[in-house]
Amino acid sequence: MTADIQYKIKKETRLRAGHHFVYALLRALSVVVLITIAVFFLMRLVPGDPAVMVLGEHADEAEIQKLREQLMLNEPLSKQFAAFLGNIFLHFDTGDSIKYGVSSRDLVLQYAPVTLALVAYASVITVISAVILAFLAATHKDSLIDHAIRVIPAFTQGMPVFWIGLILISVFAVNLGWFPVGGVGSGMGGFWHSLTLPAVTIALGQIPSLVRSLREQLLEIMDADFVLTLRAAKIPESVIFRKHIFKNAFVPTLMLFSVNLSYMIGGTLIIERVFAVRGMGKLLFDAISNRDFPLVQAVTLYCAVFVVLISLITELIAAKADPRMRQKEKSFGNNAG
Amino acid sequence: MMGLLILLALTAPYICRYDPMAQDLYATLKKPMTEGHLLGTDQLGRDILSRILYAARTDLSVMAAAEVFPFFAGTFIGMAAGYFGGRADAVISLITDTFIAFPYYLLVIVVAFMTGAGIHGIIVTFMIVGWLVYARVAKALAASFRNTEWVEAAKLLGYSDLRIIAFEIFPNVLPQVVVVLMTDMAALLVSIVTLGYLGIGISPPTPDWGSMISEGQSLINTAPYLSLIPGFMVVYTGIALSLIGDGLADRWRR
Repeated sequence: MTADIQYKIKKETRLRAGHHFVYALLRALSVVVLITIAVFFLMRLVPGDPAVMVLGEHADEAEIQKLREQLMLNEPLSKQFAAFLGNIFLHFDTGDSIKYGVSSRDLVLQYAPVTLALVAYASVITVISAVILAFLAATHKDSLIDHAIRVIPAFTQGMPVFWIGLILISVFAVNLGWFPVGGVGSGMGGFWHSLTLPAVTIALGQIPSLVRSLREQLLEIMDADFVLTLRAAKIPESVIFRKHIFKNAFVPTLMLFSVNLSYMIGGTLIIERVFAVRGMGKLLFDAISNRDFPLVQAVTLYCAVFVVLISLITELIAAKADPRMRQKEKSFGNNAG
Repeated sequence: MMGLLILLALTAPYICRYDPMAQDLYATLKKPMTEGHLLGTDQLGRDILSRILYAARTDLSVMAAAEVFPFFAGTFIGMAAGYFGGRADAVISLITDTFIAFPYYLLVIVVAFMTGAGIHGIIVTFMIVGWLVYARVAKALAASFRNTEWVEAAKLLGYSDLRIIAFEIFPNVLPQVVVVLMTDMAALLVSIVTLGYLGIGISPPTPDWGSMISEGQSLINTAPYLSLIPGFMVVYTGIALSLIGDGLADRWRR
C-alpha cells in the first residue's frame, strides 16, 4: 500500500520533471526561431539599398546588380526568407562574407575561441569575487564593508566599462608595465596573461550589481526559519554555513549569473576592441566597417543562440538542484529548504 | 548635481571662450590648468572645457530624446500585458525573452550600425531596444493590480479597458516607472557614449564624450586627461541620475 503510494509519487515527480524539461526546451526553441527571424529583418533596417551601402554611391551599376544577386535582394521577400532559413537550419550559416568571400559561419567559429576564453576567464573572476564579497557583506551586516558594498554600485552603474579598461591600461600596462597594452600573447602562459586585464575589466563591470543582489539573497536565506531551527538544534555555525546556506545560495547565484552573462558577452565585444583582442568583437567591428552584412548577421545569431543555450542549461541545472524551481507557478508558498 | 550639469550645458555658449571645434595647432596638448585653458587642449588644440560642455549639450539632449518613446511605449505595452494577462502576456513575454537573448550591447551596436550612425540612428535604435525595461516593470505592477477592488469597481462602472489602463492603472504605475527612468537614463547615456567611442554614435567633429575618450586613447601614455575627463563627466551624470532615482523612490515609498 505505502509502496504503491511511494511509487505513484515518484512517477509523478518524474513526469513533472520531464514535463518541465520539454517545456523549457520548447520555449528555448521558439526563442531561437524568433531570434532567426529578428536577425533576418535586421538587414531590412538599412535605409536604402544595402548593395549601394556596401559599394558606395558611385559604384558601377553592374557591380551593384551582381551584389544584389549575391545577397538575393532581387528576389521576393518570402523567397529571401526561405533561403535564409534553409541556410541556417541546414548549414548554420548566414551566407558568405562579402569581404572575405568565405562562409560567415567558419569565420565566427575561427574567432570564437578567444572570446569564449575571455568570457570564461571573466566569469571565474566575477563569480569568485562576487561570492566572497557578498558573503562578507551578509555576515558583517551594517559594518563598514557592508556599507561600502552597498554604495559602490551607485557609482559604477554609470561608468562606461571601456573607460574602466582604459584606466586599467594606463595604470597597470603603461605605468607599471605588468601586462601588455593590448593584443593576445603567444603560448599558454602568455595567452592567459594577456587576457588578464580585459577579463578584470569585464568582471569589474559585473561584480557590483551581482554582489548587491547576491547579498540580499543571502540575507533572506540566513533569516529563513530553517536556519533558525538549525541554530536552535545547536548545529555549529560553520556547518550551517557550509552545508545549508551555501547549498541554498547556489541556485540563486547561478540564476543571477546566467542573467548577467548575456550582458557580459555584449561588454566583452567592446572590451576586445579596447584591448585589441582578436575575437568576435574584432570580427564584428571589422564586419561593420566593411558593411559586411552576412557576417554581422552571423555574429549576432551565434551570440544570441549561445546565450539561449546557456540560459537553458542553467535553468535545467537549477531545476535539478532545486525541485522548487520546477513548479514556480504552483508554489506552496513555503520558502524553507 | 544634475541641475548644475544641465545649467552648465545650457549656458555653454555663454561661458565658453572658445569654439569647441576651433582648432589651434599652435596650442596643442596643453595640460589642464594652463593659462587660458582650464582643462587643457587636445591634439588639435581644441579647448577641452568647451568641448566637454558642448558635448554635455549633445549627449544629454540625445539621451532625453531617445528616452521618450521607449518610456511611453514600454510602459503602455507592459500595462496592457499585465492587465489582460493570458495570451497577451504570453506573446509579450516571448518577445521580451527574444530580445533578452541578444546581448544588450551587441543589439545596440548592430541596430545602430544598420540604422546608420548619427543622432537619428541612436534614437531609432533605442526605440527598438529601450522599451523592454519599462514593459517588464509595468507588466509586473499591472498584473498585481488586475484583481484589486478598485480595478474591479472601474470595470463594474463600465469603463473601457483603455480607460482603465490610462486613468486607473497608469497613475499607480507611474512612480515606479519614473524611478526606472532615472536608472535607465544613466544606462542609456553609457550606451550613447559607448557608441560614440566605437565610432557608430554621434559622429565627429560634433563634441561627444564617447568620441573624446576614443580620440584620447592613442595618447593615454602622454596625456591621460584627454580620456579621463570626459569619462568623469559620464560617471558624474550617472551618479546624479541615480541619486535622483533614489530620492524619488524614497519620497514615494512614504
